[in-house]
Amino acid sequence: MRTISVEDAVAMIPNGASLMIGGFMGTGTPERVIDELVRQGKRDLVVIANDTATPARGIGKLVAAGLVGKTIASHIGLNPDTQKKMIAGDMAVDLVPQGTLIERIRAGGCGLGGILTPTGVGTVVEEGKRKIDVDGKSYLLETALQADFALVHAFLADYMGNLAYALTARNFNPVIAMAGSTVIATSDHIVPVGVIAPDHVVTPAAIVDYLVANR
Amino acid sequence: MDAQTIIAKRIARELRSGMLVNLGIGIPTLVANHVPAGINVFFQSENGLIGTGAVPEEGMSHPTLTDAGGGPVTALPGACTFDSAMSFALIRGGHLSMTVLGALQVDAQGRLANWMIPGKMVPGMGGAMDLVTGAKRVIVAMQHTAKGKPKLVKRCTLPLTSIRPVDLVVTEMAVVGFPNGRATLLEIAPGVSVAQVIEATEAPLDKADRVPEMEL
Repeated sequence: MRTISVEDAVAMIPNGASLMIGGFMGTGTPERVIDELVRQGKRDLVVIANDTATPARGIGKLVAAGLVGKTIASHIGLNPDTQKKMIAGDMAVDLVPQGTLIERIRAGGCGLGGILTPTGVGTVVEEGKRKIDVDGKSYLLETALQADFALVHAFLADYMGNLAYALTARNFNPVIAMAGSTVIATSDHIVPVGVIAPDHVVTPAAIVDYLVANR
Repeated sequence: MDAQTIIAKRIARELRSGMLVNLGIGIPTLVANHVPAGINVFFQSENGLIGTGAVPEEGMSHPTLTDAGGGPVTALPGACTFDSAMSFALIRGGHLSMTVLGALQVDAQGRLANWMIPGKMVPGMGGAMDLVTGAKRVIVAMQHTAKGKPKLVKRCTLPLTSIRPVDLVVTEMAVVGFPNGRATLLEIAPGVSVAQVIEATEAPLDKADRVPEMEL
């Protein structure tokens, strides 16, 4: 793990990169990284996340700045901007059931090719997918997702990069940390090694590539 | 009593101590205000919380504690938090006793459409498909009609949320179940006649000779 400035962290991300971004309606989203992506004007981003928050918050800021070429998300209902851009054809949106999305990401980080889920069987979600029967029950084969970068936000990070999360700000964060080729983490607090007890580390430092320095 | 209160109070009577329950946004959220005395349930928020409490007082919220809509919430004693994979493992894995959701349409066999109106409203399904597919019991909370048109229809014209039929539909006029895959009028609201319910319903309704009144 290396510590890095937010400017240098974002400078590593090329236009067109695929990004998994933590957060649920903006809670637990690495806002400083988002703001810097907007400042550096990174374009044609593929964003994989639960939702696109609201226009002024979290991933909504990337959408508002026109930086997202495609998003894979479960819900865009609270961001009229995303819906408008999708309908106008300015942005591709792939809507995925929330439980399927998080499991596809988990599979991507766990060396699995995909998962079998009953969710979506018999609905528009099954279009173009393989249906597989196991013990008389139908499942959809949903393939694994990976990304160039995982942008993670923690509550506590120690000097080595071990991460712990707070309350509902955990959401997608520990799961995407496993599925990004390069893992960039921000944290509300950066604390000495040992402050996070071994039992309370959720994301091991060994998989965190960069910890963004706090101001 | 207004329509929303009737629906929420009737659904609250389905709660039993020890249940793990997920409430959707809108009318379903109101169910939490009518939990009968002596009944203790665990409310889940799919963003990663069991033990969801009321909205906090001004100045008592924290940015890391929110509900599934992103708004501030509190956690009750004994609450626990987890990531989204665990949250949907609870939902899909058969650990959720009950889910209460809103609906755009429910068909004669109990199949629900509640996540999009093609060309008009495309919010995404969020957790709805997993909830309906995985919960042990699925209850729909909805107004009986929308702009005078029945929402309990013969066949859904909107995209389905799941092929798994719901267990109960509760409206301000009636309680409808789906035993043997057929819409069946189980209860009527106080002051509502069976004829009025049938008039406001497109799906054919089975019923007993005498339909009992809802207890609220």
